[in-house]
Amino acid sequence: MPKNSRRLLRGIGLLCAVALGATACGGSDNDSSSDKQVSSADIQAALKKGGTVTVWAWEPTLKQVAADFEKKYPKVDIKLVNAGTNNDQYKALSNAIAAKKGVPDVAQIEYYALGQYALTKQITDLKAYGAEKLADSYSPGPWNSVKSGSGVYGLPMDSGPMALFYNKKVFDKYKIAVPTTWDEYVEAARKLHKADPKAYITSDAGDAGLTTSLLWQAGSHPYKVDGTKVGIDFTDAGAKKYSDTWQKLIDEKLVAPVTGWTDDWYKGLGDGTIATLPTGAWMPANFASGVKGASGDWRVAPMPQWEKGANASSENGGSSLALPELGKNKELAYAFVEYANSGAGVQTRIKNGAFPATTKDLNSSSFQNTEFPYFGGQKANKVFAESAKSVPTDWKYLPYQVYSNSIFNDTVGKAYVSSTKLTAGLKAWQDASVKYGTEQGFTVDK
Amino acid sequence: MTTTTGSVRPTAPLKSAAPRLRSPRRRIPGRPRRSILLTVLTGVVLVYSLLPLVWLLISATKSQQGLARSFGLWFDGNFDLWHNIGETFAYQDGVFGRWLLNTLLYVVVGAGGATFLAVLGGYALAKFAFPGKRAVFAVVIGAVAVPGTALAVPTFLMFSKMGLTDTPWAVIIPSLISPFGLYLMWVFATEAIPTELMEAARIDGASELRTFFQVALPLLAPGTVTVLLFTTVATWNNYFLPLIMLKDPDWYPLTLGLDSWNKQAQTAGGEAIPHLVLTGSLLTIVPLIAAFLLLQKYWQSGLSAGSVKE
Repeated sequence: MPKNSRRLLRGIGLLCAVALGATACGGSDNDSSSDKQVSSADIQAALKKGGTVTVWAWEPTLKQVAADFEKKYPKVDIKLVNAGTNNDQYKALSNAIAAKKGVPDVAQIEYYALGQYALTKQITDLKAYGAEKLADSYSPGPWNSVKSGSGVYGLPMDSGPMALFYNKKVFDKYKIAVPTTWDEYVEAARKLHKADPKAYITSDAGDAGLTTSLLWQAGSHPYKVDGTKVGIDFTDAGAKKYSDTWQKLIDEKLVAPVTGWTDDWYKGLGDGTIATLPTGAWMPANFASGVKGASGDWRVAPMPQWEKGANASSENGGSSLALPELGKNKELAYAFVEYANSGAGVQTRIKNGAFPATTKDLNSSSFQNTEFPYFGGQKANKVFAESAKSVPTDWKYLPYQVYSNSIFNDTVGKAYVSSTKLTAGLKAWQDASVKYGTEQGFTVDK
Repeated sequence: MTTTTGSVRPTAPLKSAAPRLRSPRRRIPGRPRRSILLTVLTGVVLVYSLLPLVWLLISATKSQQGLARSFGLWFDGNFDLWHNIGETFAYQDGVFGRWLLNTLLYVVVGAGGATFLAVLGGYALAKFAFPGKRAVFAVVIGAVAVPGTALAVPTFLMFSKMGLTDTPWAVIIPSLISPFGLYLMWVFATEAIPTELMEAARIDGASELRTFFQVALPLLAPGTVTVLLFTTVATWNNYFLPLIMLKDPDWYPLTLGLDSWNKQAQTAGGEAIPHLVLTGSLLTIVPLIAAFLLLQKYWQSGLSAGSVKE
């Protein structure tokens, strides 16, 4: 058994080298003594004593939280560093862990990437700090995402229960009803594109995050993860629902071939040529700052359903704060993470536009009754909070999802630009992911 | 257009009235005959290389909303360049100015140091005979072939053991090494400094140091400027090395800073500021363009060094 796991760890090292363009991750072969319990008294004592906590995060709302935390605990110095957004930061983090120098005490890690760091024990199991007690305070999707095996490897910072953002002005202009099922969505796409050949129902040039979220909503379970045993299968009933519907959109050229987050994309959202956007509840802040020109045009609706009358949703994006194993001042670091993601910091972050993962805040009336001027005064949080409740909790990402997502466009992406069918693309993605997992020492069921 | 018939050209006979003057002038090298094909080709290349700059210049005059609503290669109704520049320097407590100063620091110390070392080394290799010269030659040529990017990660691991990462030294020290600059100076010094001149200086009693500074250095000026421009551009545009070395935004050079601004648009909750990224990019290339224009004549004579044996 130890032999096996060492092989796996070596594999993971290689994984980091290949997937992140860095050298081996290292630092994973010495099991450090993180089993001892840390009581809240220990944490209070550490806060009194003070020290420095280095936080790597790109989440903009943490700036204010760090300032508030320092005010509350004057002896603690929070060094907030933006070490890059998602992949860039993971690269830097793996480099630092490999060098065993400059490892941050707290790192922002997205849910889909957390598994990889948890499995290799590069981040600390927070059970010893009493994180388990917080289980009930988070909505099920995010909480499930920070758990790996029996451990809790981070505290959820935000969440992205999905909703359908749609351009009401465009829908009204062509008298199209807001779709409640994906079949209606395809109909609406046809109607819209016929009425205005320049307009598309949405944009999709191949996005692993969107595909996995839609599979999640469709009740598909493509990934099965049990420690180092992994299964990948994109052929279950849920996956078929997704690929059938999306294939129609692609075949009839009803989705704009625009990559998300590019200038073109922002432009399309602003001028009505991209009419809907199924995405996570963190999107309003991006709308307000990036698509100023379309203020008042957009509204939020619940996700279209795969089955009429159903009420299923899923999560898209979202990240946690985790404690790298090689970080220092663990007690202080945990205190900050708890403050930011469970304590007073949550309110501060909501005020600055973040979408919380804590049920108390999601259900509070002040949160739900917030009117969004950008959405014409709509109380959009109601839609989001409802969505958060209906996220199936049995979804799993691969322990090497970062790599897997990086090859999405080489496999599934072909379906968007050639005659390759979506099912064939998914099969290719599956095969490539299985092959990679096997090479890394995982036991992969085909 | 000019040579359609040749019958209605009143000035032509006047010119051909002085055939003796004309024919030798034709052969003057440096004034070759005009070729329409070449002119068109050069024109195409010119447009091709200037178009992105024009686009950048035009885009920098637009507000964020203006960028979204107007055609890329023409102006939006409002002219917001000055406003954009002001906002660029004010955004996030004026961090752009800090990045500009950082970049200047890296360029002055890094590229300046690299040039100085290249001049010293090139001079020594060109004008002194010592054992192991061929080995040095092989190492330098080999080093030219290895891209700096490939060395970035090993350098990072080494620097982090030395505790130098996240400090300006992590960017400056690797920038001090320019194998290509050294090779160029070597070749240049071989051609540009007549050995007789050095001997004359020595006979006159000048020390080696004085020979170098007062005799060799002025002769090396065109090559020095060329190497300086090379290393300046390389350091100014350096992205990957600072990317893995620096985590603290206070030490970012402009390249990293602009990238981090650009990435804001790709983040949940991030503020999309394409207009500031564009204006910042424009401000970033202005000093480089100025350096090229000002040092143009040295640069040109430097490039042709060694091409003609006199």
